[in-house]
Amino acid sequence: MSVFDLTIAGAARALRAREISAVELAAAYNAAVEALNPRLNAYITPTPELALEQARAADRRLAGGGATPLTGIPIAMKDLFCTEGVRTTAASKILGNFVPPYESTVSARLKAAGAVMLGKANLDEFAMGSSNLTSAFGPVESPWKRHGAEARLAPGGSSGGSAAAVAARIALAATGTDTGGSIRQPAAFTGIAGIKPTYGRCSRFGVVAFASSLDQPGPMARNVEDNALMLSVMSGFDEKDSTSADRAVPDFTQALHRSVKGLKIGVPAEYRLEGTNPEILALWEQGIAWLRAEGAEIRDISLPHTKYGLPAYYIIAPAEASSNLARYDGVRYGLRVEGEDLIDLYERTRAEGFGAEVKRRILIGTYVLSHGYYDAYYLKAQKIRSLILRDFTDAFMEVDAILTPTAPSAAFGLDETMTDPLTMYLNDVFTVPASLAGVPAMSVPAGLSAAGLPLGLQVIGRHFDEETVFTVAAALERAAQFSALPQVRAE
Amino acid sequence: MAYTLAGRSGAWEVVVGLEVHAQVISVSKLFSGASAAYGGEPNAHVSFVDAGFPGMLPVINQECVAQAVRTGLGLKAQINLFSRFDRKNYFYADLPNGYQISQFAHPIVGKGIVEIELADGTLKPIGITRLHLEQDAGKSMHDQHPTKSIIDLNRAGVALMEIVSEPDIRSPEEAGAYLRKLRQILRYLGTCDGNMEEGSLRADVNVSVRKPGEAFRTRCEIKNVNSIRFVMHAVEAEALRQIEIWEDGGEVEQETRLYDPARGETRSMRSKEDAHDYRYFPDPDLLPLVLEEDWVAALKRGLPELPDEKRARFCAEYGIPFYDAGVLVAEQEVADFYEEVARGRDGKLAANWVTGDFFAAMNRTGKSIADPPVSAAALGALLDLITDKTINGRIAKDVFEEMVETGKPPAEIVVEKGLRQVTDTGAIDAAVTRVLAANADKVAEYKAGKDKLFGFFVGQVMKAMQGKGNPALVNEAVKKQLG
Repeated sequence: MSVFDLTIAGAARALRAREISAVELAAAYNAAVEALNPRLNAYITPTPELALEQARAADRRLAGGGATPLTGIPIAMKDLFCTEGVRTTAASKILGNFVPPYESTVSARLKAAGAVMLGKANLDEFAMGSSNLTSAFGPVESPWKRHGAEARLAPGGSSGGSAAAVAARIALAATGTDTGGSIRQPAAFTGIAGIKPTYGRCSRFGVVAFASSLDQPGPMARNVEDNALMLSVMSGFDEKDSTSADRAVPDFTQALHRSVKGLKIGVPAEYRLEGTNPEILALWEQGIAWLRAEGAEIRDISLPHTKYGLPAYYIIAPAEASSNLARYDGVRYGLRVEGEDLIDLYERTRAEGFGAEVKRRILIGTYVLSHGYYDAYYLKAQKIRSLILRDFTDAFMEVDAILTPTAPSAAFGLDETMTDPLTMYLNDVFTVPASLAGVPAMSVPAGLSAAGLPLGLQVIGRHFDEETVFTVAAALERAAQFSALPQVRAE
Repeated sequence: MAYTLAGRSGAWEVVVGLEVHAQVISVSKLFSGASAAYGGEPNAHVSFVDAGFPGMLPVINQECVAQAVRTGLGLKAQINLFSRFDRKNYFYADLPNGYQISQFAHPIVGKGIVEIELADGTLKPIGITRLHLEQDAGKSMHDQHPTKSIIDLNRAGVALMEIVSEPDIRSPEEAGAYLRKLRQILRYLGTCDGNMEEGSLRADVNVSVRKPGEAFRTRCEIKNVNSIRFVMHAVEAEALRQIEIWEDGGEVEQETRLYDPARGETRSMRSKEDAHDYRYFPDPDLLPLVLEEDWVAALKRGLPELPDEKRARFCAEYGIPFYDAGVLVAEQEVADFYEEVARGRDGKLAANWVTGDFFAAMNRTGKSIADPPVSAAALGALLDLITDKTINGRIAKDVFEEMVETGKPPAEIVVEKGLRQVTDTGAIDAAVTRVLAANADKVAEYKAGKDKLFGFFVGQVMKAMQGKGNPALVNEAVKKQLG
């Protein structure tokens, strides 16, 4: 057994028992990052010295009392969270040299709990993507391989660096952000667990914005329990974010040991899309069987507006993004490409600073908000969003949680680049509705594809009922006994 | 008489609507904790939120909301318990986020009324369409460096109230009266200092012309006019320009124009085709603004007495003419000063003194109502000396000048200079006798029918008594002795 086999809960016990010091743990992880990151590219900016410094502080705290379950735990921070004094790029050239003089609320909470930051994790540029192929700092390689094949695979996205780092064990856990599936889909692709909490549960302050009404930070970790430990610290009201919820944060770990007996679990007919990979459907059936065996009551439900979710999402998210990204203009910080006049400076800076996918979404967003198109696109999409929310509200009158697959397929290859962006957008088909409704949703690793790649199941819960999500996810985890490990990993 | 402009084809009516941007008085900015104070070193009052840094989020400043509600109440307007912030998207170097947070579809204040008074005393209601909250932009300076523009973000994010009037204004005079009245109300409420030189009040002026009785014709918007005088000039200059176009068989095009005070004319800034598409949409960083009815009611209870109400009360309570009351309530500090003088005294006498000798002394000495040449208490004491007949009105003027000069209390001046009024009828009679004797020829003329000489005799008696004679008693004695 190596230190890399420890979960957060296990490492916390070892740290408190002084079987291992935080500095030893950080040093081991630093070395693993150094060894594997050149290949995986999971981190844009490793911060080994900062990690050691924080680990030393954690050791003092572990010795002196006041330690939390995260004290001394080495984590990766998605490079969308602003970290004071540490370069924060959003995986974009336009922020390539940006060092924030402030800290995001979520990273500050983790820091205050004593977590140790190993570095800033790679992602799709401005979190726009489902592959981690759009990063200006190069793609992340998944640590997984198909049986008997050497093809490099995508870790999913946008939190692909976070997912790859946790899966390859070059981080014990990571932060992610989820706008339409950016935590859940990469978690499913890399065989780890990740939760998008209720919109408003975690503060967005200091998180580089993609689509403000959808963006939500959340944890990614090896198992459900580690997610609960992380989320308990990351959550909570923040007066600096007007959309954060002023609600008490429960100890999510308490929910892990509750039984699913008597819980009503909904299975939505509309997620049975024509042409869905039979492996995915089979896994879904397996999940249903596991929960039924544990005493849950399975109900067929309908979420009738599901099929409009993806188009509505790809109007609302780019609309907000087109406005949110207007601030990157070369005037105050980040990349500046000098021009003949102000307009020329804007055009050159943004032409050079943004990648193709970001430009595509800015154009889409600008178009759907334009005079004469607003009603037909943006307003219509908002109406659909209300209907999707109502679908969930109605469903949750009948059931306590909903079970679906996380993604329509297993991970695809880095070289199997899709020429059609719409095909890429389809990756989000199962994850987008929960984002539009703002309800919590978690991906749990549940099995392997025939090719040997991880597949995930998604549990969706009521607003602010992450506890039931954790209860159901933990039951699935116990039943699935998922123990497969990626080929590339720290040992 | 309605204001019209004469053209070759006859009389033209002018139609004006104003959009006033009033900077909210508040300690900090609309969505950040940075200071909203005027001035300061460039970029000294800027938070990361104001500068549009990554991940920064706006948080509404409740005091700015309260100020907007107070203003709405002062404009007798509908307060919308539900309102919402939208983003107005455009690129400019002094707009750090690339959008301004404003209220487009759901403003915080709806329809209201401002009553203006014209020179001939006519009162006219001007409709308020809406008031909404929005952020100010920063300042671009293009004259500080040969090749670069310099940006100062101190004002970026400061709260503004945009107050939109109905197109009810029909002349430059009405436009001026509306702005003065609006500024007066804002100052009474303490929601905007109304300082046009510092830019805390500026107006966009919408002007069109039409033949009387016609529907509205195309309007042009003159941006950012920063004095009442310029607004009045701009209305006329723009109306004349439009009349000329129509009369030459042309068509006025809807566009945004600028007023050039040096040339006294407006010139095109951008045409309708070049108008921005602002791509308004609800700001997803902010929840809708929902106000509690009780909170609004509490703000209403806390409102000061406004100029129209104060003016009516002054007329009723102090018995002064409507015009004088208008002068006294023009500024709240003057109204307060007047009330302190008038309380428990003759209100008319107090009004005459405040608007007469006191205003004159203030102008002459260059002092202000905050640091008056004579305190309200001292002026009141002077009026008391008149009322109790210690001195007469003429002497009081001398005493007042002495008060301005020395700051001494009036009673002390009266004693020191022996100015006490003579009410001893014996002394008055003696003086009258002396004067009549010395002017026997005039007495004869008077008796022959030259009545006007009566005033001459009174004047001579007063002069003989160094002005201290009680005017009523002197009159009586002169009349008696002339038989």
